[in-house]
Amino acid sequence: MIVDTNVSLSRWPFRRLSGDETPALVERLRKQGVSQAWAGSFDAILHRDIGGVNARLMDECRRHGGDILKPFGAVNPKLPDWQEDLRRCIEDYKMPGVRLHPNYHQYQLTDPVFAELLNAAAARGVIVQIAVSMEDTRTQHPLIRLPPVDLAALPQLVKGVPSAKLELLNWWPALRRQSLQAFVDAGGVYFDISTVEGIEGTARLMDRLPAERVVFGSNFPLFSFEAALLKMQESGLAEDRKKLLFGGNAERLLRGPTR
Amino acid sequence: MIDRRALLSATAGGFAAWLTSDAQVTARRNRIWDIHCHLGSVPGATAEERMEVLVRSADRVGIERLILSQGFSSVPHPTPEILREENDRVMRAVKRFPDRAYGSVFLSPSFPEFSLREFDRCVRDGPMVGVGELEADKRCNSPEHDAIVERAISMKVPILQHTWMKAEGNDPGESTPYDLVELARRHPEANFICAHTGGEWERGIRIIRDTKNILAEIAGFDPTSGVVEMAVRELGAERVVYGSDVGGRGFASQLAKVLGADIPVAAKELVFGGNLRRLFAPVLRAKGYKG
Repeated sequence: MIVDTNVSLSRWPFRRLSGDETPALVERLRKQGVSQAWAGSFDAILHRDIGGVNARLMDECRRHGGDILKPFGAVNPKLPDWQEDLRRCIEDYKMPGVRLHPNYHQYQLTDPVFAELLNAAAARGVIVQIAVSMEDTRTQHPLIRLPPVDLAALPQLVKGVPSAKLELLNWWPALRRQSLQAFVDAGGVYFDISTVEGIEGTARLMDRLPAERVVFGSNFPLFSFEAALLKMQESGLAEDRKKLLFGGNAERLLRGPTR
Repeated sequence: MIDRRALLSATAGGFAAWLTSDAQVTARRNRIWDIHCHLGSVPGATAEERMEVLVRSADRVGIERLILSQGFSSVPHPTPEILREENDRVMRAVKRFPDRAYGSVFLSPSFPEFSLREFDRCVRDGPMVGVGELEADKRCNSPEHDAIVERAISMKVPILQHTWMKAEGNDPGESTPYDLVELARRHPEANFICAHTGGEWERGIRIIRDTKNILAEIAGFDPTSGVVEMAVRELGAERVVYGSDVGGRGFASQLAKVLGADIPVAAKELVFGGNLRRLFAPVLRAKGYKG
């Protein structure tokens, strides 16, 4: 069983990808042994009609997702009445979480609206995923050059929301040279492996963090799905750690208390 | 292609077995050679200790042979002392695992006379089989590169040249694929490998497309889907090679660019190692090494 916490549907704005049609994506995931994939939408990074993005995401998951895809709608808290987007994701679509793109949506985590969103999601028991980056800043399209999300304020904010369930996606470029201890101490912050690098990088990450805080994420189809699988293999993880990474930690994040 | 089939057919029950048992099969079938390996950022105090880590990890993912360069170094302006020390580290690491690695000499066009002597010490009279990764403080279109290239031609060894085109702008002296095209056109007898294919690979592939003595190499950037497919489509599978840029990167993310690519099995075999064995065959024969 593999729970992939980081896949996206629809079109990456800058190139076509193998797997950017939902049926093909689902087939590929199924053949790789993925039993559950948490799916956001590439459309969310640039589209202003986030309500439409989330409706299509839900529809794609219903029509093609089988028992694999779990939709994670987008919320842009800088849009008017973003609270309604959050309500629809939770009440109408029964989504287990939402995915944020603060750098594409042009706000800092110090903006009070982020704390408001974090509190609202925690109160409803849903996961908040922050896509810290989508691609290497060195290879971004010249018209859209964005640094990774500045996460400096996050530990203190999470401390103030004890029931928050937070996952950082594609976070390695922002934090690779920093201590992660403040994030561990803050509470329910989880880290995916999609951008983790270096020789035996996943094993070394699990030595830096409590093993329970690391989850499998591929960033497929923008990245090759095989990258995340091979990171597991290269790291030579013990069976208990493999089980946590392949699904145990994600299941706990999805269902249980985080602290 | 056993590895792709194993990946694609992995199920909840079968996946763990794939993780633990198929690496050796992968190595036998694909004979994966990695053109772009360093000892920097690898755990371990000595070159030999770091090489043990690299070989342990390479075994897990089925890589047969590592081409090692630059030692521990990440300095942008290496002095002759640094170049010599790092080449010594590489030779010690290779000596520890002679069946798993070859060395490739680290030189700087800022020190042309020293670089020629170092080439002779490490390649002509020593165990090394290639030049580069060249990554120093002069762009590779500079005339100071010419003597280094002529030495490489004399021994029929390929040259791995660092290239990037960073969105935020390159570092001073950092080469681009455009620079490499200039150099390669001055030396049509030489074989060049365009490390990173400029990073921005959709442009890099086009830049080198018409210069047939340059091969594209895929190391050192995110495992973005499509890079190998485009390179094979535009250049032909004979002009694309796998490399990782360990230890800054892992083997895993870079291998995935090829394993996950939608290209024929025969093309994967060329990219994974067939092309490198062809390129290195003359020098390996001359030195009496098994290729």
